[in-house]
Amino acid sequence: MATHTYEQAPDHGAKAGVLAYLATAAAVLLLMMVFGLLMRLEQAQWISIGADRFYELMTLHGAGMVGIAGIAGASVMWHFLRQYVELSPRIFVANLALFLVGVGMILASVLLGHFHGGWTFLYPLPGKSMGMWGPGAAALFMGGLLVIGVGFLLLHLDVARAIVARYGNFARALGWPQLFGHDDGKAPPPTVVASAMVTVVNVIGLVVGASILTMMLVNLYVPGFDIDPLLAKGMIYFFGHVFINATIYMAVIAVYEILPRYTQRPWKANKVFLASWTASTLMVMFIFPHHLLMDFAFPKWMLVMGHVIGYLNTVPILVVTGYGALMIVYRSGIRWDMASKLLFLSLFGWAAGAMPAFIDGTISVNYVMHNTLWVPGHFHTYLLLGLVAMVFGFMYYLGKPDHEADDRAIDRVAFWLFTSSVLGFTLSFLYSGKESVARRYAAHLPEWLPYDRIGSVFAALVIASALVFIVRFFARIGVARHDNRRAPLARGAAA
Amino acid sequence: MQPIAWQLSLVLMTLVAFAFAFAAINSGRREDDYTPLQKRAYRLRKRLFWALVLVFGPAMIYTLLELPYGAGRAHGGAGAAQLVEATGYQWRWELSRDEVVAGEPVEFRVTSADVNHGFGIYDANLHLVAQTQAMPGYTNTLRHTFGEPGTYRILCMEYCGIAHHNMMTEIRVVAR
Repeated sequence: MATHTYEQAPDHGAKAGVLAYLATAAAVLLLMMVFGLLMRLEQAQWISIGADRFYELMTLHGAGMVGIAGIAGASVMWHFLRQYVELSPRIFVANLALFLVGVGMILASVLLGHFHGGWTFLYPLPGKSMGMWGPGAAALFMGGLLVIGVGFLLLHLDVARAIVARYGNFARALGWPQLFGHDDGKAPPPTVVASAMVTVVNVIGLVVGASILTMMLVNLYVPGFDIDPLLAKGMIYFFGHVFINATIYMAVIAVYEILPRYTQRPWKANKVFLASWTASTLMVMFIFPHHLLMDFAFPKWMLVMGHVIGYLNTVPILVVTGYGALMIVYRSGIRWDMASKLLFLSLFGWAAGAMPAFIDGTISVNYVMHNTLWVPGHFHTYLLLGLVAMVFGFMYYLGKPDHEADDRAIDRVAFWLFTSSVLGFTLSFLYSGKESVARRYAAHLPEWLPYDRIGSVFAALVIASALVFIVRFFARIGVARHDNRRAPLARGAAA
Repeated sequence: MQPIAWQLSLVLMTLVAFAFAFAAINSGRREDDYTPLQKRAYRLRKRLFWALVLVFGPAMIYTLLELPYGAGRAHGGAGAAQLVEATGYQWRWELSRDEVVAGEPVEFRVTSADVNHGFGIYDANLHLVAQTQAMPGYTNTLRHTFGEPGTYRILCMEYCGIAHHNMMTEIRVVAR
């Protein structure tokens, strides 16, 4: 039997910038998780913070989580992509600096200006608060988002520059010569393909997002500058959908890069892989009408397009990336540690969360489930058990002092606590959605309280396990900078 | 519809969990030659792909047959539509009438006077039976035939500010 050999790329330590990104993401994640718990406790009537504070926390929770998902995803992409292309460390740091400025503006807007128009800033709500906040607070919030968006746009433009410098153009970076012609096995590695995809969709998404934010900022002070609310909604959801999805497509690079090191098997960009990423590039941009299925005035063909793409979009997740993880792990002799377990779990979370998501994108289902807790049910599944697990897996990987280092018992306990409590937490949301519990309510009807109380308990357990992961990351942050071999050799693999 | 969505989601999520558990359980003993394993896996993947197409393709098309956008939703109702003008305000609903007859189609013309709202109709068991968005500058026409008499609640389904959760009203559905 032929022996398969796998050549490991040098395992670089993380640059200080990557660790600054991860530290920011971890700290904000923990704080936003606590805000989320407070919201659930308020709905469960176990605490009393009032509707104004609830909606302020809700606005911060949404904006903060989307922001750090972007920051964490970008850190994964940047860390691995720099193996293949020459990226600018200054632009990378500039993005984080702009992010922190934006966060400061958003915090001031909410905590000092009492803005609570939701992170989706749906027009014309920011300008019509019924006296609850002033135009200055709304401008500060939207200005903060704009500053953060400009930072990410700079980062993606730098990634675009670096990719074009190395591969000539985006068609090559996406592997189109191999996809549409003869597959000579020389397609760019998965990291480059994924980074190219994310760059394409996020540059477009961020420009659309910045456009509507600018339009709304003008409208705040010049009300005569009228905006069509349906156009505004379409632009906001286009930007929001693209941006949050791009975070997963960036973070999954950790799986593509790290699982092959554990299994000593390659994750190659073959024709099916390339086809799925090209398809995802298009689908991520054209699926956004599935957020507008209950806007009957929206063009019908676009709503049907959202429904259809919702189904198609699950295929690459299940059949290519999810299935790829099963293939690479099956009979690999992999040695499970926190990094490999969390990364494997993350693909389960992504694939499992896609199930209630595509069901919600079915128009006749959306008719009775849109804006119920079903929606946070599915997105918390693929973000918490998917994206966040990818980031925690990446953190554990960087924090490994050497390939033979064992996990501590507390890590192993935290892993199973995280897995089970996230499932309990998200299923409590999904069940609430099945029971028609409306989303974004500061106070719940008495019939809904049992689900809120169950959800609160699971949310507290999620935070407890995440706290272990985060403390362990900070405790080993010095190790993360070292160049060393981190992945243990698979059982029976040739060294 | 909601129980079907819930059960189907649980079944599909469980199937995904089984697939991941299967790979994890069988990860211990190494098959060092990856190429034949890959070939077998690719063959299986092709079958999986076509199974997904055959199961979910028809489901995707079938669920498009009855959309809430046209008059089709009011099927089963007899007689002319009962018109209800519904306007959302921060934070109340204004309905042109608060009583309709069961078994006859109702046409809700839903709009908003200020920001985005969502017009969600809940039955006596607090289950959502129909909804549409209430948007400033647009009128969304929602057609629904109430099968059962009773008191239905209208809840706001789009975040609209500090009293969003209190934006409720009732509509009585009486027997013919």
